[in-house]
Amino acid sequence: MTQVLTPAELGAYVDDAAKLIGLPIAPEHRPGVIQFMGVVMGAAALVMEFPLPDDLEPAPVFEP
Amino acid sequence: MSPVEYTAADGVGLAAAVRAGRVSAREVTDAALARIATRGPAVNAFTTVLAAQARADADRVDAALAARRDPGPLAGVPFAVKDLFDIAGVTTLAGSKINAERPPATRDAAAVAALRRAGAVLLGALNMDEYAYGFTTENSHYGPTRNPHDPTRVAGGSSGGSGAAVGAGLVPLTLGSDTNGSVRVPAALCGVFGLKPTYGRVSRAGSTLFAGSFDHVGAIGRSIRDVTAALDCLQGPDPEDPVCSPRAAEPCSPVLGEGIDGLRIAVLDGHFARGGEPEAFAAVAAVAAALGVSRRVTIREAHRARAAAMVITASEGAAVHLEDLKTRARDFDPLTRDRFLAGALVPGVVYQQAQRFRAWYRARVAEVFREVDVLLAPTTPCPAPRIGQDRMVLAGVEVLTRPNLGVYTQPLSFIGLPVLSVPVTRPGALPLGVQIIAAPFREAYVLRVGALLEAKGVAAAAVTA
Repeated sequence: MTQVLTPAELGAYVDDAAKLIGLPIAPEHRPGVIQFMGVVMGAAALVMEFPLPDDLEPAPVFEP
Repeated sequence: MSPVEYTAADGVGLAAAVRAGRVSAREVTDAALARIATRGPAVNAFTTVLAAQARADADRVDAALAARRDPGPLAGVPFAVKDLFDIAGVTTLAGSKINAERPPATRDAAAVAALRRAGAVLLGALNMDEYAYGFTTENSHYGPTRNPHDPTRVAGGSSGGSGAAVGAGLVPLTLGSDTNGSVRVPAALCGVFGLKPTYGRVSRAGSTLFAGSFDHVGAIGRSIRDVTAALDCLQGPDPEDPVCSPRAAEPCSPVLGEGIDGLRIAVLDGHFARGGEPEAFAAVAAVAAALGVSRRVTIREAHRARAAAMVITASEGAAVHLEDLKTRARDFDPLTRDRFLAGALVPGVVYQQAQRFRAWYRARVAEVFREVDVLLAPTTPCPAPRIGQDRMVLAGVEVLTRPNLGVYTQPLSFIGLPVLSVPVTRPGALPLGVQIIAAPFREAYVLRVGALLEAKGVAAAAVTA
């Protein structure tokens, strides 16, 4: 199970990851970004906990 | 053409009247422009009205008829498009302030061109959530689009202008795009028909992408035959869209009356049968009863599919707008900005696992379609929420309003299935939709089911007076 981070841990991740890709985040936007980061990483946890076979690959052009 | 005659007709009916010479395309266009002028401001559906161009197009249709040339199957049908389809000579806003600085488009998007070639008359561009990232069309730059049935409520989104324009009787046919439910949700909340064809069935060339893995072009209309006629004009290969299928077009209008004999139909259980208000499930039950369906089937891990769709959407959406996010984040709509910024920070391995999960889930759903042909599910978990409503209660639990409108649509567009949202007849109540779902490239199945429901009166567009 992927751990869902605390707001402080999410905040630290947001600050570092944004710096890594050169994305400035204004102080007034930071709380909202952290909030949505929590939402999307909550969804990510559902994805990451699910076991998938090693040989499964996504199709580069997806054909339904 | 009187206002009453105009708003009573569907698109195919108007085309038949024009082709038979009972009314001119110019008269129909003038009726549409009059309706947009009188009723349009209350719903705020249009961002651009193209009166002069529309009249010129209508005159060309009338000239073709006078010269005994075929003006096309949609002769004189007024239509409008979500403001992310390029229109030659108009700047494509995609609901943003940023894109208003861009030059006008130099040619029509493929879907716009296809409908105009068929004789339809383009009336303008329609409001949407900024860059299509939303389910409510509460656009901070251009104002919220209002629900035709209750102006205090949202029209749904992100193709909210497309839903409201049909529901308010401004035009009988519109184009939208659907990434996670953006055609089906506004169609359901505005009480009209919404068709999201199979991923790759219709070219997206000339439209603004949001999350390319899931972006579809779709149609919203006031009758089954309207959305079917639109699909038949739109579908087919296009080398200008890298994901457009090489599969040949399969016209659906000729098979609409074939009924449902031989189709195995079931109601979706599990994720699609919980977490919504009772009236959403009652709408599905009414459709199932009309079709004589009692079977129920489950798609495994649909809730996880929704989560994976959310991850991929956040990541792909942010990548498209990364440069603007870096240099001018303040110019984004406050309702999308923080989500776009966070999406840029989704780790690569999470995105990749979500795409791998998608391949797994697609295979599981294909197994379901070996047993059944058509599935039924609610479109939204509730009728239209109020504008500005951040939270709502679903099945006794308080949740965020905006993301949860797509709870039943996201797991289906995630793997590109064709889905029709039909407006369920609910006199005196706010509109609700039911999704009719089939295996990839089986648009004909969902449209045949929809046609039967419409013929029985179980599904009908609710267009306001």
